[in-house]
Amino acid sequence: MPHSTAFARNQWYVAAYSEEVGRELLGRTVIGEPLVFYRAEEDGAAVALHDRCVHRRFPLSASGLDGDRIVCGYHGFTYDRTGACVYVPGQKRVPRTARVASYPVVEQDSLVWVWIGDPALADPRTIPRARHLDGPGWVTVRGMEPIDADYGLLVDNLLDLSHETYLHGGHIGTPEVAETPITTEVDEGAGIIRISRHMDDTECPSFHARSTGIEGRITRRQDIEYHAPCLYLLHSRIAPVGVVPEPDGSDPHGFHTEITYAITPSAYGKVYDFWMVSRDWATDDGEVTEFLRGNNHTVVMQDVDALNLLQRTLGTERTGHQELSINIDTGGLAARRILGRLVEEGAEPAEGVR
Amino acid sequence: MSAPTGEVYRIDRLPGTDVLHGTCRCGAEHTGDDPVGMWEWMLAHPDGHRLPEGGTAR
Repeated sequence: MPHSTAFARNQWYVAAYSEEVGRELLGRTVIGEPLVFYRAEEDGAAVALHDRCVHRRFPLSASGLDGDRIVCGYHGFTYDRTGACVYVPGQKRVPRTARVASYPVVEQDSLVWVWIGDPALADPRTIPRARHLDGPGWVTVRGMEPIDADYGLLVDNLLDLSHETYLHGGHIGTPEVAETPITTEVDEGAGIIRISRHMDDTECPSFHARSTGIEGRITRRQDIEYHAPCLYLLHSRIAPVGVVPEPDGSDPHGFHTEITYAITPSAYGKVYDFWMVSRDWATDDGEVTEFLRGNNHTVVMQDVDALNLLQRTLGTERTGHQELSINIDTGGLAARRILGRLVEEGAEPAEGVR
Repeated sequence: MSAPTGEVYRIDRLPGTDVLHGTCRCGAEHTGDDPVGMWEWMLAHPDGHRLPEGGTAR
């Protein structure tokens, strides 16, 4: 068993971007559940079914669609969008137990959310919002990188931005990021962790200087909102020193960037890193879009490489290895605790809640 | 997301120091220099949690 954080059931997870779910079957594994996604012709809705044929466990994602039915690519077992098997080869009677699980799906803010757990508990109103992802006035670049690492390592990484100074030095990190005190707030009931770092007068990282055109020192705010277990929002504002929001709350001279991650555990020791960067400035400048796309990809890959290495390294350690936590880990420790609680709450007495 | 919101714990790092300042959801305050110890204190609520002078229980 690789180094791994337990999975929390009875939660919504981002399984894909809306644009990824179409008439080609898409296979994704979410907290250990193999899933197949497609978009129904009938009403355009995204469908999620268990990705194993009941016959000989062939992956349905490697099969084909006939209208809104999946025809298993091995022996032709055919499933409708509810997961019911409607045809088996060589006989008229379809066995009563021939059915694959279907999963509640919600498409919101350009994300495809899937509920893993007891379908009776799935409440779409509890899905956190990220309206900037397809809201008017925002432009988003995005990507997804699978990482061969425990999702807890990605949570650790994103909740402590002081690593920007070292892992991403020269891109988004400057010495002040690691030196600036942070404030951590945990809203226990809501399962939200907020971590704020405000720099009143700081160096502008070359990445932001090039993309915004700001010359000189800046005011920089980083406000993280982690909606455990899956959605991570980083509200970033930078502006030349002295440029503040207007009395009415508008902020026409600040540069707002929303950095969104969906941290979706896949199998044990594997995680999908969905990354999105949205901005409300220079929205019609294609050059800025391509610059942000390329540079953010570079930054994400620095994290991917580091976490792949860390996971491999932890795999060689004896169990019960020691860690040392310091002030910068205050938020990460809170996240581990909240995740532990969600795991306990989602624990089920027996297999097969669907 | 199974419980009502409003139970907020807060930890600040005091500017210019390595000291953490914690405020429990009950209003009790605590300082320390180790986040693990701080969370242990926070989650021990109500053990060892005395409200600041003049504070009222929440």
